[in-house]
Amino acid sequence: MAFLDRTARSFLLGELISGMSLTLKYFFRQKATINYPYEKGPISPRFKGEHALRRYPNGEERCIACKLCEAVCPALAITIEAEPRDDGSRRTTRYDIDMTKCIYCGLCEESCPVDAIVEGPNFEFAVETREELLYNKERLLSNGDRWESELSKRLELDAPYR
Amino acid sequence: MSVFIATPFGTLLLTVAQTLAMLVPVLMSVAYLTLAERKVLAAMQARKGPNVVGPFGLWQPFADALKMLTKETIIPTGANRILFMIAPLLTMTLAMIAWAVIPVNDGWAVADINVGVLYLFAISSLGVYGIVVAGWASNSKYAFLGALRSAAQMVSYEVSMGFVIVTVLLCAGSLNLTQIVRAQEHVWFFIPLFPMFIVFFISILAETNRAPFDLAEGESEIVGGFHVEYGAMTFGLFFLGEYANMILMSAMTSILFLGGWLSPIPFPPFTWVPGPIWFILKVCLVLFMFFWVRATFPRFRYDQLMRLGWKVFLPLSLGWLVLTAGVLLAMGWLPGTPPV
Repeated sequence: MAFLDRTARSFLLGELISGMSLTLKYFFRQKATINYPYEKGPISPRFKGEHALRRYPNGEERCIACKLCEAVCPALAITIEAEPRDDGSRRTTRYDIDMTKCIYCGLCEESCPVDAIVEGPNFEFAVETREELLYNKERLLSNGDRWESELSKRLELDAPYR
Repeated sequence: MSVFIATPFGTLLLTVAQTLAMLVPVLMSVAYLTLAERKVLAAMQARKGPNVVGPFGLWQPFADALKMLTKETIIPTGANRILFMIAPLLTMTLAMIAWAVIPVNDGWAVADINVGVLYLFAISSLGVYGIVVAGWASNSKYAFLGALRSAAQMVSYEVSMGFVIVTVLLCAGSLNLTQIVRAQEHVWFFIPLFPMFIVFFISILAETNRAPFDLAEGESEIVGGFHVEYGAMTFGLFFLGEYANMILMSAMTSILFLGGWLSPIPFPPFTWVPGPIWFILKVCLVLFMFFWVRATFPRFRYDQLMRLGWKVFLPLSLGWLVLTAGVLLAMGWLPGTPPV
């Protein structure tokens, strides 16, 4: 009896048909592909992308050269030099991030007491030479100016969890 | 005009024109079959497939062809140069010449010969030589393994395929492909011969070395099998040959089982649709089945393949052949005999 059952099952192609109906179901289903450069997938507010140095709304840079980020950086990617400015406030004279060393852990962002250094939503910063990945203060500040509207929105969205 | 066609030169010209009218659409459909396969496979894997070159990726086949034509043909040092170059040509040519007997509409075959089925069967059997020659001439172990597998596989499946065809011939009473289609005017043969239709379909998968019987290529085990040493257009010819063979086998299926150019519902408005359209639609349906099967099933193991061919299909088709013959004889339905 078991033999008959088995033979009938294999000759009626039940398993083949169920397999093929599954693929046919997928044939008509919504496709998972997005046309990448034209369409982009959603990104979490905590996404750790390219770094940026932010400014206050009046244009003053936020960073106070406390060097917490430099100290916490596990990849030793951040280099900071600082001295008092003419008006007496303490500012960086040099703020470099070696993006080839950075592991995008986000500890710099977490350690910053004034939300100056942040990791933004941008992940499309591929370059052609290694030197272009050695970011200086000017580059980081211009990143901040470019992404500020999104950066502040992300900080606001993530604020309840910080 | 008819006087001119009667002269030898006129006949030659007419035949050339007919051949071109057959082969150009076939080659175009081969090109677009590659795109169709990628699209269907992609859809079944929840992807979109090629959609960048032209609208919906419609220029993709031409981009591929350009790429292959501009690459360098490399002949390995240890290869037999002449055979190495002949093998892809052989595959391609054999896939093309079989189209001579395919009737796209009533009387639309280039050569409406009385042994059409035998001719088709012979040509498709010769197809194995392209692969065997390629595998041997490459002087590479993987190519050789692929050729060995393909030789054994194609020979095994031709046996049961032959019996299936004999069953159809019994019902149709003719070896002429046009006559076979005409015999299906009342009922298409896939209805009374449904198990044979399935056996035939699975056999043509094996015959064209398509998944799940693509052991001759076996990308994951013998890195491409018989065409591992081929590149550029020599590889392209194998590719074209394989796809032309797929279309040919689909055409054969629709002629033997799906009523060729006949409309599925034998009254207007369906009979107003010209025969070639129905024929093309049926071929497309079978080709879709090819892709569908490829998207669904993993590759057979070699011993499973042989077991299926010799221990399942051969007895099944033989038994069904005897059964069909018996029923036809007992009921007096044999074509060409007066009712008892």
